[in-house]
Amino acid sequence: MSVLDIKDLRVEFPGRKSVFVAVDDVTLSVDAGKVLGVVGESGAGKSTVGNAVIGLLQEPGHIAGGEVYLHGKRIDQLPYKEKRRLRGRKIGMIFQDPLTSLDPLQTVESQLVETIRTHLPLSRSQARQRAIDLIEAVGIPDASERIKQYPHQFSGGMRQRVVIALALCAEPELVIADEPTTALDVSIQAQILELMKELCRERNVAMLVITHDMGVIADITDHVAVMYHGELVEYGETIQVLGAPEHPYTQSLISAVPRPDIKVERFPVVNYIEKAGTPQKQIDIATHWLGKARDYEKVTGPLVQIKDLDMQFETRGSIFPSKRKYFKAVKKVSFDINEGETFGLVGESGSGKSTIARLITGLYQPTGGSILFGKTELTSLKNRKDVLAMRRQMQMIFQDPYSSLNARMRVSDIIAEPIKFHRLASSNAEVRQIVDDLLDHVGLGAAAGKKFPHEFSGGQRQRISIARALATRPRFLICDEPTSALDVSIQAQILNLLKDLQQELGLTMLFISHDLAVIRQMCNRIGVMRHGELCEVADCDQLFEAPQHPYTRELLNLMPSLELLSRANLATA
Amino acid sequence: MIGFATRRIVQAMIVMLVVALLAFTMFRFVGDPINQMVGIETSIEDREALRDRLGLNDPVPVQFFRFITKAAQFDFGTSYQFRQPVSELFAKRIPATLELSFASAVFALVVGIPMGIYAGLNRESPISKLFLSVSLIGISLPTFFIGILLIFLFSVTLQWLPSFGRGETVQIGSWWTTGFLTISGLKALILPSITLGLYQMTLIMRLIRAEMLEVIRTDYIKFARARGLPDRLVNFRHALKNTLVPVITITGLQLGAIIAFATITETVFQWPGMGLMFLQAVQNVDIPIMSAYLMLTAFLFVTINFIVDILYFFIDPRLRVGRP
Amino acid sequence: MPFITNEDPKSAVQDSAAPVKEPGRMARFLDSDLFHSFLKSKVTVVAATGTAILFLLAFLAPWIAPHNPFDLASISIMDARVPPFWMEYADPRFLLGTDDQGRDMLSAIFYGMRISLIVGFCSVVAAAFIGISLGLVAGYMGGRVDAIIMRIADVQLTFPAILIALLIDGIAHGIFGAIDREVFAFYILIVSLALSFWVQYARTVRGSTMVEKNKEYVQAARVIGIPSVIIMVRHILPNVTGPVLVIATINLALAIVTEATLSFLGVGMPPTQPSLGTLIAIGNDFLYSGEWWIAIFPGLALALLVLNVNLLGDWLRDALNPKLR
Repeated sequence: MSVLDIKDLRVEFPGRKSVFVAVDDVTLSVDAGKVLGVVGESGAGKSTVGNAVIGLLQEPGHIAGGEVYLHGKRIDQLPYKEKRRLRGRKIGMIFQDPLTSLDPLQTVESQLVETIRTHLPLSRSQARQRAIDLIEAVGIPDASERIKQYPHQFSGGMRQRVVIALALCAEPELVIADEPTTALDVSIQAQILELMKELCRERNVAMLVITHDMGVIADITDHVAVMYHGELVEYGETIQVLGAPEHPYTQSLISAVPRPDIKVERFPVVNYIEKAGTPQKQIDIATHWLGKARDYEKVTGPLVQIKDLDMQFETRGSIFPSKRKYFKAVKKVSFDINEGETFGLVGESGSGKSTIARLITGLYQPTGGSILFGKTELTSLKNRKDVLAMRRQMQMIFQDPYSSLNARMRVSDIIAEPIKFHRLASSNAEVRQIVDDLLDHVGLGAAAGKKFPHEFSGGQRQRISIARALATRPRFLICDEPTSALDVSIQAQILNLLKDLQQELGLTMLFISHDLAVIRQMCNRIGVMRHGELCEVADCDQLFEAPQHPYTRELLNLMPSLELLSRANLATA
Repeated sequence: MIGFATRRIVQAMIVMLVVALLAFTMFRFVGDPINQMVGIETSIEDREALRDRLGLNDPVPVQFFRFITKAAQFDFGTSYQFRQPVSELFAKRIPATLELSFASAVFALVVGIPMGIYAGLNRESPISKLFLSVSLIGISLPTFFIGILLIFLFSVTLQWLPSFGRGETVQIGSWWTTGFLTISGLKALILPSITLGLYQMTLIMRLIRAEMLEVIRTDYIKFARARGLPDRLVNFRHALKNTLVPVITITGLQLGAIIAFATITETVFQWPGMGLMFLQAVQNVDIPIMSAYLMLTAFLFVTINFIVDILYFFIDPRLRVGRP
Repeated sequence: MPFITNEDPKSAVQDSAAPVKEPGRMARFLDSDLFHSFLKSKVTVVAATGTAILFLLAFLAPWIAPHNPFDLASISIMDARVPPFWMEYADPRFLLGTDDQGRDMLSAIFYGMRISLIVGFCSVVAAAFIGISLGLVAGYMGGRVDAIIMRIADVQLTFPAILIALLIDGIAHGIFGAIDREVFAFYILIVSLALSFWVQYARTVRGSTMVEKNKEYVQAARVIGIPSVIIMVRHILPNVTGPVLVIATINLALAIVTEATLSFLGVGMPPTQPSLGTLIAIGNDFLYSGEWWIAIFPGLALALLVLNVNLLGDWLRDALNPKLR
């Protein structure tokens, strides 16, 4: 008998205008000691499945049909009190963000002990001993000391270990993990996944892992369920589903996953998920506004030369200079970017890669070093006119499509602003024409201009961002994690668009990402960063085939193996 | 801890200095202090002599320094209207104001906190909604009008409680008088303290409710529920304790506000406290009393804020223990 | 860089394709969640209607009030202290009775409300202007500018508004002398109310500005090269108006109450231009002699006005707070 059986589950969220069906007709089961992955993109309803099982659906959501069984006992209709007794005791839960999952005012010990004593008839000292054992089991050294500390004294990865200990502390039969590693860095992600897999086998626990990440699925699951718009589109053994997907959605989803092992020219276009927008109107760059006036000074040698760049932030201010504390975000970084190439910067969070982008664009003033753009030294520009002339030549695309557009402005105004500000057009009519062309060119269509940003999806907003960046006719484009907030299928579209634009306009790009696979697809040369230092710069293929720096090797090793994934679609790409 | 406390004390002293500067500016530059002190018939020579004697011809920084030195010893000069030392006038009236403020604060906290917790935990219950409606009325009725209504109802119409004064008081020590020890003193305290405390009570209640609702939506409360903890533990150990941090700050500010709001209540009930005296001073432009009142209340607020900060320190481990 | 997915079922609905037809501005408003939550809350609809009626009565006072309480020719001391209509000795001309000088209470209340509202609005606008400007500058510039502005705000915040208003009034009193009071009372009130309430706007706007400043749309504007002042006004300001609107509404209620309190304490509007507070102060003297209506009716009018505005503000706060939805 399976530990968890879900039959024909349907979850509804009644809204003002209509009932939103978050989950429809989902049937799943998980066996003891096995891991079932539920994968899907945002809005697929995968988290809702987990919340429905544990009975924590957010109001006004409710189970509208179907049954949930735990060890053959029906649990979805239990009264509130009995349902509560199952939580923690029979079903443990792990949430996405370890930084907010723990009560900041209680020690780790007291949170563990209270959970243990709620579920098991143990004395305080027995519970404490059990808590220490658990903390040791999840791999936190010096358990009996660290247990006395507060959550803020643990790092993100350590906190997620504490959360896992809390989920396991009453020996549950089922653990539901909702995006357990999404908020963590790659290296920590690998450790946490390893730990979960191990604990699941050792303790014979059934595990339901909810994720958007095919890498996580390939890494630890035995079975996988693929969800799309609340429905289960494919369900089976992981090797089977990933290696030979049957449903067109699964096929397109898998083909859209960037691969570190193979370089493709273009991502296969996935039409199943979101329409790529109205077809792009072909414009002739030679005669179009975008191509005109590219009368930038010719450079011999690299377009951007960065030398000994230093940046420190004050972390503790004080009136006494000796008491001030600084954080060195960028330490003595030097590299060049050649005209027309895409240079990649890769590293984990806090490695300083985004800071470099902001130093080049002038959002931050460096504390040392030089940035040479063409023949101009950017750090010593004083004259406002010169500064503006430089700003016009370099633009940036940001990570978060939800905050990178001003919600109170119409899309056409957002794109027109740089054109008007830099006086790049002679009349309002011309500005309008350019904005329409730009919107067409990024695949949105001119009609999009009348709307506000909130009327668009994440991918569409990122297209608007790109249009805005192009509106100053830049020669250098910085992309700071441009797709990391997007679903994988949409990521593929945006990356394709960026590639096309670069070829058409001959742009030079600095592409920043934490995702090695994406970097491999996009870049000619790559720099690897860690703790503010540049470890290694190499040509793309060379870096992946023969990494020189130990940290690069470590990063490459940590990447989830995607060998399992079907190669069928790649062949046709 | 010591570093934290020192920092707060330094900040408090800066605030006091700024307030002192304000009080001094008021004292020195609003109207001519000499004109207020002497009659019209005083000759120009006498005025100059007095000006010299009071040090009003010294450089302004010297005068300011003298002003704060004296203020630190509770010497605020002589009242223009009463021709008595301001400190003596205040000494007589401080007990009345502090007793009234204390009674109102106790009323506001004892009634407001449980109501707020209840309304925060039982968001949809009819009693919570009743609390909310009543609290909105409490916020909308101006303090002085509440006082008038209470007087009209309980003093004029029903004639149960006195409408003015402190009743009989008992002398304790050399300068403290208390109304807590006599029946008439306690009776006289009821209406003013309700009037004064009602607004703070509703504010505290609404604040606790709002904070509770915020905290209940956080991930760690969701996780606590997912761990299967009983509601009692989730609500009181986790939710309430996290609510306390912001609540204490605002409550501290509100307790300070009570002392200032006492001005209004004291006027309505002719309560012989320092607020009433301050108001008369405002009407008669009695600057020494105004500046002394400003500094005294500022001192009380700063003290309360300091205590609040220290409490904060004990509740929130993030302030106490550093990161690794 | 950690990756954040959006797994909220509601955002999934938003993510679906954009609507085909472009609805007009009005249609969009009528269909908005804001307007809907307004219609759903019966109390709010009643409060909005009540507020509208009270505002109309106040601003149309010269045309709809049965008497002109300031026309000395039309009032007669013979009509003094007439009780309201249901009591003995009532006079049908004076629905809610008259005060000690024979002025019609109902008309005096309309006119008083007008003065209270004008003072309230002017001080809210002034406070909002000071607060928003300083808050924007402090939040956007940060550093020393921010430290100075916020320290001033902190010092001021330790003092309740009423105390500050009293002090400013006292100082103005000292500077202008008693004679000019009649003329200056209105302006002194607005200045003292504005100076006591700006801190709230400044703190809120500063907080929101600091959040907005780090959002990528502001960085994008900076990358384009747009100067700070334009970024503050064109980009940040429109995005921080929500909380400002809530504060302004609640502040209007608070300003009306504070004005009434000051007038009641005798340092606000003079008896020649009575606001509701002044009327209550006048009536307070007659409370003990049985002529309760002179104080209680203006008081009830004040409470009704403030309650309605507060109800609106309360609803607005909940409706604009996405966290509570």
